[in-house]
Amino acid sequence: MSAIVISALLGVVMMLSGLILKKSTQVQWIAVLGAVLLLAASIFDHQLVVSKGTQSYYGMLELNSYTAWFNVLISFCVMMYILIFRKSIATVGRSDAEYFALIFFVMCGVYLLSTYSNLLILFIGIEVLSIPQYIMAGSDKESLKSNEASLKYFLLGSFSTGILLMGITLLYGATGSFDILSSKFADQFVQVSSLSSLSFIGIILLIVSFGFKASSAPFHLWTPDVYDGTPTAFTPFMATIAKVSIFLAFIRLFHFSFGNVSEAWQFTIAIMIILTLLLGNVTAVYQQSVKRMMAYSSIAQAGFMLFAIFSFNATSWQGIMLYSVTYTLASIGVFAVIIKMKDYTYEGFNGLAKKEPVLALTATICLLSLAGIPLTGGFFAKYFVLSATVEQGKMIWLVVFAVLMAAISAYYYFRVIMSMYFKQGDAEVSIETTSLEKALLIINAAIIILLGILPGLIIL
Amino acid sequence: MLIVLLILVPFLAGLAAMAMPSSKVHIHAIGASVLTLVLGSVCYYYFTHPGMGETTFSYPWIEKLGASFSVAMDDGLTVLMVMLTALAFPLIFISLLNKIPDRPSTFFGLMLMAQAGLMGVFLAKDALLFYLFWEVALIPVYFLSSMYGGPRRIPVTFKFFVYTFVGSLIMLVSMIYIYQQTPIHSFSWSSFVSVGQSLPSNQQNWLFWMMFVAFAIKMPVFPFHTWQPDAYEQSATPVTIVLSALMVKMGLFAVVRWLLPVIPLGSMHWMNIVMLLSIIGVVYASFMALVQTNIKRLIAYSSIAHIGLMCAAIFSHQIIGMQGVAIQMFNHGINILGLWILVSIIEHRLNTQDMREMGGVAKIAPAFTIALVLISLANIALPLTNGFIGEFMMFNGLFNSVSPYRTVFTVVAGLGIILAAVYTLGMIQKVAYGELKTSTSSFKDLSKNEWVVLIIVMFIILWLGFYPSVLMKLVDVNL
Repeated sequence: MSAIVISALLGVVMMLSGLILKKSTQVQWIAVLGAVLLLAASIFDHQLVVSKGTQSYYGMLELNSYTAWFNVLISFCVMMYILIFRKSIATVGRSDAEYFALIFFVMCGVYLLSTYSNLLILFIGIEVLSIPQYIMAGSDKESLKSNEASLKYFLLGSFSTGILLMGITLLYGATGSFDILSSKFADQFVQVSSLSSLSFIGIILLIVSFGFKASSAPFHLWTPDVYDGTPTAFTPFMATIAKVSIFLAFIRLFHFSFGNVSEAWQFTIAIMIILTLLLGNVTAVYQQSVKRMMAYSSIAQAGFMLFAIFSFNATSWQGIMLYSVTYTLASIGVFAVIIKMKDYTYEGFNGLAKKEPVLALTATICLLSLAGIPLTGGFFAKYFVLSATVEQGKMIWLVVFAVLMAAISAYYYFRVIMSMYFKQGDAEVSIETTSLEKALLIINAAIIILLGILPGLIIL
Repeated sequence: MLIVLLILVPFLAGLAAMAMPSSKVHIHAIGASVLTLVLGSVCYYYFTHPGMGETTFSYPWIEKLGASFSVAMDDGLTVLMVMLTALAFPLIFISLLNKIPDRPSTFFGLMLMAQAGLMGVFLAKDALLFYLFWEVALIPVYFLSSMYGGPRRIPVTFKFFVYTFVGSLIMLVSMIYIYQQTPIHSFSWSSFVSVGQSLPSNQQNWLFWMMFVAFAIKMPVFPFHTWQPDAYEQSATPVTIVLSALMVKMGLFAVVRWLLPVIPLGSMHWMNIVMLLSIIGVVYASFMALVQTNIKRLIAYSSIAHIGLMCAAIFSHQIIGMQGVAIQMFNHGINILGLWILVSIIEHRLNTQDMREMGGVAKIAPAFTIALVLISLANIALPLTNGFIGEFMMFNGLFNSVSPYRTVFTVVAGLGIILAAVYTLGMIQKVAYGELKTSTSSFKDLSKNEWVVLIIVMFIILWLGFYPSVLMKLVDVNL
């Protein structure tokens, strides 16, 4: 609860700080301080849950051990993101403080989504999460691509919010309650045979809108253009932190409330998984720009996270936690290198290892993690989500399909590694890397490897 | 605790090597690999003299999953493979003393890390740990092969990487499946074996292929072998040694350790198919070897033929065949290591891999020729060389197997031996005999460091050829 309040307040503080503080570096460090404060608040919330058990607020929010821990993890990721990208964020356009304010407003949405127990809060959370992102996408006002990204995202995004609202309305009509923890709500979802058509359609509409926000096929078409057009400083934030919180909202609702009627929606999710993995991975292979490849790869990674929704047990919760953290940190590490490059194509990366050995090494570790190679956190993330499906025992062929897709993903991730290490070339770096940034990137890579050796550190 | 050092020493030495200045790294690498060899020998001594010291180590790793960091050197096959790995690296490093690679810090760092990964694969007694090392051994080799070698090395190595990566991911799914069936959710080898005994046969039939494909790609068994000749040819020869003397043994080792005991019914059910594929591989690869003009490709195909025979012998499900395989895995490693070192000498002196440009060096390089002839003869399993005993036992096992086609298999596989003699002797002839050419007239005989390495290899060949009971004792008690 305190994290939600503080994140909203921080947004206001950041806006004011732009008026008061003259230097951009001061604003940046205020933002870093804010992120640390947010982490502290999340830890405080977590301690509250640990000592006093699940906390409920006015029948609207419920903080249990999983979600409190997720908030801590995601706050840590945001802190890493702001630390690594603070300079790039401040130089996207003219209004540096506002960009940080947007990030904190999105964070407010993230915390709402991870703790909601009421469908109204779900709706508000998604709106609070999305609207600042529309602005972020268009924050480079002079770039046509950025404007296009913003408009596309806004139009399609509001459409999907409409579908979400429709789904919530139908569920309300079927149950007479917005409170997902109330018995009135739960009674409607006891078994498949007694499921009313109203609530069935409601569930499907929710899947559609969650699928849209989480960039799952066939609702993924906005993703490449938006992630590509968005200023590179914001893409990792939108593709990771904002997206994984959608997954938490998704898993929360579907496991707690619709778990008993899984037969009604599991097959739909399975089809989404197949399409997402297939389209995401195969299209990523054909990209010439690393940034666009990362956009498609984020679709493919969403396919793996969908496995956690598909199979609901304790393992899938552990999987989504681990996946959120490792995927976020690894993407941040890769984008931190992309943003330095003059040329985003694969050729632009040729020979980077000789010029910037630290950047190349940290990016390699992050790419190996995204590909799911052991000794990186990405391996255990994939391990847990796939293992959850095997544990459930249904549709094991889906897991085999997924690992084949993971092998395809190795192709495009390794292409970057090949460019950096094995190809001759003169990779041009447009922004110098300070030693502080290098240290941060090394810490980031070290955390990824640490999670690859001891995943037990963050799974509950 | 000592046994953990077998993995830790090369790993940490590899990390240190990457940060070292180029001038000192070679000595550092030799020192670290010799230290590993000493540690391996101590463990070998502990194993052969029970009660002297511990050769197992276990520590909980991810308790929620029931995975532990559990390593053990508790059977003959593991001992042989660990000793082979421990022995190969110092020999490779010493042979490189007069052929220092570019960027030595990277090269030796990655080589030592590959050694750590290989050690882990052979020592792991926990399925998740095994999988981890299985992949981890691959990554340094991927980088080594991509950075050092022929002009087509990058795509060729990537093909190799994708092949093995696909295989191992499918293996991972089958391991997760078996893990879910264990009553207390444990990854330990013993719990896998006890679950494997109780799995119904229809499940074992598909689980078998999910695991076997990974191992078959690594070995490689026909028709999963297409990555191998290219990869051997294009990689720099020291890396090829790691690939062919050690990494392919991972596949055979995994079949014996993780496939036969865990999926016994499946292994019996598919016995004939696997033996058939292996025997096809033996004949096919032998014929391919006959027509090669590139010496590295010739040895690559000869390796496929040898591995095919070993795979067939494993699936004979006969004790004597298995013992033969264990012995042959060690000896093949030693022989092929010697052959590759000779190839690297030729490459270094003549700058070519084409046998048509070689010839006549017997006159000016007698020491080189002696080593070439002896090691080649060991490779075709002449009696009194180390290759003989293992091959004899493997054929014995093959002939006694329960397969209805055992006679055909044995006879056709026997054809492989004859063909091996043809192409190996042909190779000796082309390389060492005939007229001296202008290109070969300045061929220098072995340098001191090359002598040391080849003397050690030849000594092992003859010693184990005359007195194979050292190996027999190891595999006799428990495999």
